[in-house]
Amino acid sequence: MSPRLVPTGSDSTGRRDRPLRITVDGEPADGIEGQTLAGVLLASGRLAWRTGPSGAGRGAFCGIGVCFDCLVTVNGDRDVRACRRRAVDGDVVRTQSRTRPPAPPAPPARPGAQAEEGE
Amino acid sequence: MTPRHVAVVGAGPAGLAAAQAALAAGARVTLIDSAEQPGGQYHRMLPDAYAAERPGELHHGWTAFERRRRQVLTHPRCSWLAETSVWALERTGRDRPPRVHLLCDGPVDGSGRTRRTLDVDALVLATGAHDRVLPFPGWQLPGVFTAGAAQALAKGERVVVGDRVVVAGSGPFLLPVAASLLEAGSRVREVLEANTPGTVARGWGRRPWELAAQLGKTAELAEYAAALTRNRVPYRLGRTVVEARGAGRVEEIVTARLRPDWSVIQGTERTVPVDALCVSHGFSPQLELPVAAGCALRDGEFVAVDDEQRTSVPGVFAAGEITGIAGAPAARAEGAVAGWAAAGGSVTDAGPVADAGPVTAAGPVTAAGPVTAAGPDADAGPVADAGPATAGRRTAAGGTRSARALRVLRRSRDQGRAFARRLAQAHPIGTGWPGWLRSDTLVCRCEETDYGALCSAFGSEAESAPRVAKLGTRAGLGPCQARICGPTVAELRARLGGGLQDRPADRPAEGLPTASPHTRPIAQPIRLGELAASPTPPIPTDPPEESSP
Repeated sequence: MSPRLVPTGSDSTGRRDRPLRITVDGEPADGIEGQTLAGVLLASGRLAWRTGPSGAGRGAFCGIGVCFDCLVTVNGDRDVRACRRRAVDGDVVRTQSRTRPPAPPAPPARPGAQAEEGE
Repeated sequence: MTPRHVAVVGAGPAGLAAAQAALAAGARVTLIDSAEQPGGQYHRMLPDAYAAERPGELHHGWTAFERRRRQVLTHPRCSWLAETSVWALERTGRDRPPRVHLLCDGPVDGSGRTRRTLDVDALVLATGAHDRVLPFPGWQLPGVFTAGAAQALAKGERVVVGDRVVVAGSGPFLLPVAASLLEAGSRVREVLEANTPGTVARGWGRRPWELAAQLGKTAELAEYAAALTRNRVPYRLGRTVVEARGAGRVEEIVTARLRPDWSVIQGTERTVPVDALCVSHGFSPQLELPVAAGCALRDGEFVAVDDEQRTSVPGVFAAGEITGIAGAPAARAEGAVAGWAAAGGSVTDAGPVADAGPVTAAGPVTAAGPVTAAGPDADAGPVADAGPATAGRRTAAGGTRSARALRVLRRSRDQGRAFARRLAQAHPIGTGWPGWLRSDTLVCRCEETDYGALCSAFGSEAESAPRVAKLGTRAGLGPCQARICGPTVAELRARLGGGLQDRPADRPAEGLPTASPHTRPIAQPIRLGELAASPTPPIPTDPPEESSP
C-alpha cells in the first residue's frame, strides 16, 4: 500500500477538507488545501516523481526541505522543494530528471547553484 | 531610548522562547522562519486551511506553546516574517552582527521573491537540526524516508507514509515517530534501536539524578512507550536495518543484530516485508548560518556558546539543537537565555535588568520557572505570560525576581545540557556501520557517488584532500550541497585515510579556509533573477508602522 491521507472521519484533529486539484505531467491529482505538493503527490499514489543521475526514481526523503530529492517544476518555476511548497488549486507540476546521457563531466557546481537539472 | 533590535532566525522551541524573552527584556524583535507558522519541527502545526477543531491533539505542551506563540506574534514590538529564507549572512567587518539577507514575499522556492536586508543589534540563531541518516544499500529507494519526514507528514498534514512500516536507527526520537504513525493508522511492524541494551542502559543509567530533572521528557517518552505496548509493536535493541530492497520502491528490508560498535553479527539477518521504512541515526545541526557568521564550532559539530549563549562572534547568540542535541525543553531554556542576553537584559545575578530593563512584578521570567517544572504541559516557558514588560517599572524587587528567574532558567539549560550528554552516551553512532556498506552503496544521494569511489579517493594521497575528493567524486556537489552526506563523507575520509597521517592534503590550501561540510555561503536556494534584482530598501530600524501578519 502507498502513502495516504488519514481519512477525515477518523482524524483526531477534526479537520475539514477543502479539495483542490493539481496536474502532474498533465495528469490530475487531487489533494486538500493546506497540503504540501509532496503530500498531494504521495497521497495520490505517487511514491517517486524525480529521477536521479542513474535514472532511478526519487520522491520525498527528508520531508523538511533539506535533501532536495523531491524537486519539481511548479507553474514554470524549476527546482521547487515539493515537501515545503503548499499546493494551490490549479498548480501545474512537471516532474524533473537529473538523468544525463553519458557526456563529458559537467563543470563543478557553485555552492547553492540549483540550476543543473535538465528536464 | 531606542530599544535594541534583535533578529531571531528560526521559530521552533528555541527561537520562539528567544523572541519572547527578548520582547520581555524590552527589545524590538524580528522573528524569521521559512515555515508559515512558528513551531519548528517539534510543534509543527497543521495548516490553517485544515480548520482543525483540535489542532493540539497531536502535540505535547500545546497549550503553553499556543500561548507563547500568540503572545510573541501579537506583540507590538515583534515583526513576524513567515515563509522567509535567510539566504546569506554577510560579515560587515565591524564589531556587530552580520547583515541578514532575506528572501520574502513569495511561496517557497518561487521566483520573484523580494530580497531584503536587515541590520540588527543582535542576532539569535536557532536553526535547529535535521535527521542524520547513515547510508545503507537501497536507502535511496522511494518509500525510504527519514523518521523526521514521516513525523512531519503525519503531524503537519495528516499523510501517513505507509501501512507496514519499520522505524529504525537510534535515539529516543524513534518513539514519537512510531507513535505518530500508529496514531495515524499505520501498522508499525517494529522499532529498531541500533544500540545494544548495554550501551543504552549504561548511557541513561549513569548519574540518574540528572534524569530526574527531565521528568517532563521522561513522561513523554513513557507515553510513547505505552503506545508501542498497546499496539504490540516490538522495540528491539541492538538490531538495525542493513539493506532496503525492491523494484523501484522499497518492498522489503533486511535487518541484522549489531554488536555494541554497530558491526553486523553475521547470520542474524532477517527479511521483513514493508511498504515504508523510516530511519534516523541521530541529528545534524543546520550549521550553515552560524558558519557563515563566523561562529566557532565545538568539536566541529555544534556551535560553541558561553553561559549566556553568546557565540564567538560579537552580537551573535545561538540556541537549541545547533548547540547540542538536547530536545525541546532544553532548547526553550537556551532560547530564553539567548533572547534575554541578546536584548541586553542583565545576565548577572547581582543587578536588576540593564538598560532594556523593564522587570515588572510579573517579571520577565517567572520565578516558578519553566522548564524545570517540565511536565509537557507545565512547560509554559521561561518567560512569564504577563506579556510585554512595561517600561519604567524596574524595581529592586523586580531585579531580584529577574535574577532568581534567570538562575532557574540557567539551571534548566544546564540540566538540558546534562541530558544531551546522556543522550549522546546512550545513543552513540557506533564505529562499525561502514561494515554494512557495499562498494556500490550510494553515499551521496544527489550525485550517486558510491562507497567504492570514496574508498578509492580517500585511499590515495593525491586525491584525498577534501576539495580534491569532492571534485573528483562529486560527493556533496549536488542539489543538497552535502547537507545529507557531508558528515558521513567527512567521517569516512577520516577513517579511510587513517593510515596517512599529516598529509599535505590535510593542510588548508593557501588563501582558503579549512574545508568544512557545513560551509554554504548561499544558505538557501535563491534564483539568479532574484539575486540580480536590486534589493528593496533595508527593513527600517524604527518600529514598524503596522505589525506583520
